[in-house]
Amino acid sequence: MSFNESQATQAAGVSTVMVAPPAAERVLDVRGLDFYYGKKQSLYGVDLPVARNKITALIGPSGCGKSTLLRTLNRIYDLYPGQRAEGQILFNGENILNAKDKPVDGAPVATSSRIGGDAAKLRARIGMVFQRPTPFPMSIYENIAFGVRLYRKVTKAEMDEIVEVSLTRAALWDEVKDQLDKSGLGLSGGQQQRLCVARGIAVQPEILLLDEPASALDPLSTSKLEAALMELKDSLTIVIVTHNLQQAARICDYTGFMLLGRLVEFRPSSDAFVKPETEAMRDYVTGRYG
Amino acid sequence: MADAAVSLVQAGPQRIEDSPGASSTGRKDAIFHGLCFSAAMVLMATLAGLLISLAVGGWPAISHFGLQFFTSSEWNPSGTPDHPEFYGAAGPIVGTLITALVAMLFALPLAIGIAVFLVEFCPKSIEHWVAIAVELLAGIPSIVYGMWGLFVLAPWFEEHVMTPLRLVAMDHPGGFADHLMTGASSGSNIFTASIILAIMVLPFIATVFRELLLSVPTHVREASYGMGCTPFEVVANIMLPYIRKSAVGAAMLGLGRALGETMAVTFIIGNSHAFPKGVFDSGSTIASTIANEFAEATGDLHTSALIALGFVLFVITFSVLAAARLLLGQETQ
Repeated sequence: MSFNESQATQAAGVSTVMVAPPAAERVLDVRGLDFYYGKKQSLYGVDLPVARNKITALIGPSGCGKSTLLRTLNRIYDLYPGQRAEGQILFNGENILNAKDKPVDGAPVATSSRIGGDAAKLRARIGMVFQRPTPFPMSIYENIAFGVRLYRKVTKAEMDEIVEVSLTRAALWDEVKDQLDKSGLGLSGGQQQRLCVARGIAVQPEILLLDEPASALDPLSTSKLEAALMELKDSLTIVIVTHNLQQAARICDYTGFMLLGRLVEFRPSSDAFVKPETEAMRDYVTGRYG
Repeated sequence: MADAAVSLVQAGPQRIEDSPGASSTGRKDAIFHGLCFSAAMVLMATLAGLLISLAVGGWPAISHFGLQFFTSSEWNPSGTPDHPEFYGAAGPIVGTLITALVAMLFALPLAIGIAVFLVEFCPKSIEHWVAIAVELLAGIPSIVYGMWGLFVLAPWFEEHVMTPLRLVAMDHPGGFADHLMTGASSGSNIFTASIILAIMVLPFIATVFRELLLSVPTHVREASYGMGCTPFEVVANIMLPYIRKSAVGAAMLGLGRALGETMAVTFIIGNSHAFPKGVFDSGSTIASTIANEFAEATGDLHTSALIALGFVLFVITFSVLAAARLLLGQETQ
């Protein structure tokens, strides 16, 4: 593995450490991102490189902006008037924050894969799993088939296969294969969350965003979910917000530490947890922050 | 003090700091309890009394005509020796059901549209004004709707809808227009009455639908958008199924209102007791019949027939509301 030179910059009095993956490996590149809830600014000039087929974790104390950052990546904040993002989020070279922008450096984006201003198209390629399990009010099978049908016309047999493969990859197939026609709402919390992962990957996104997906799960369900995520990174890129530092250390390739709306330290997880460079992150991982 | 001790025991646990007034607290509690209980009982007694008096008052007519009261559409209050007075209520009963159902047919899609627009698409600045308009619509007295229907809607409808249809029907006997115009009378008919009813129940249903849509949890809504659903897909596939039972309940409550609406309908429905031959025929509803005839009902049998009609309306409305309650209840569990 090769990394860019470590660069320390000075931002708002907090020293910043960034060991980023090379530009060519980045599927998503956030540059100078500011975010506002109405007049209140909650992200300040965030740079976040996301490497393809890796798991990137965002950690930090509550209210540091890590969920906000995640929610900009698929523009889910668009649902709320008054919330806005400024800066650049380059997805395969295309700035998804401003559809009219020409591709910035890197390879030009093929017309067919351009997002344009189409948020639905963007979210089909950058899926999201939320903190609370959100099965739709339909059967387990339909929960997965529903999303697939939005984008592709498939036969019943193909759909059966997609459902099975998705559930298998989300480590849920064995538990639900005999009750696919039962309501998704009847599953346990952990199963529901894996159903949401299966639903998310069934539409074959390039990136899957997870917002504290394990915070409502017991340890066994958590480890099943983590195992599923480890398997998944062969075929997609994962960005996960977590409060669980062991989880970040266990499964993540890169870890970004956020504080007060800024990304303070970003490094390969193996280094980040062994020897945090910034004082803020050191305090956080040793339990001196909330 | 003995009294105080007794009431303390009777009233169960008391707050110690209230001890100076403890005895009166216990008594106040009992009085409060009693008042609330009797308030509830008054309501129950009223309901029961109403039902019983309707049943008793309507019994002579129902027992006199038997099943014919419900199946015959002959309504003849002016009895002659050759032709005794006769009351068959099939016309008003069917008129009541048809106007209410047709009204729902118009009101439901509109109400869903209004609610979805307000919740999903409406800019904050306009939302306020649309909400006010909806409230205003609900606040207009029914007699105003009735007058508007009679003086504006009915003539307009006759001139711009029925006349052209009549011409088409004459050109194509046996065609669709011909069937539609079967039994058509003036602009005051079952169809225009249904339109007025639809306008009247619309604000109520739209408001309830809006609140139901707002009750869909944020995370479910976000998850649907997070899948890459378009707003239409989110509404049609996730949000509407999510509220479906409550929505049916809300629609039934609206239906209950439409069934019992009196003044506006009396103005515009044409007030014919005959069994309606088509949607453009004049007709009557139970409520409009009662409103029209009660003051003039002299014979005992006539009065009894009208009370029996009231009983039928009570039963229909009660069944609809009970069904609505059942469906609404299911959702909250």
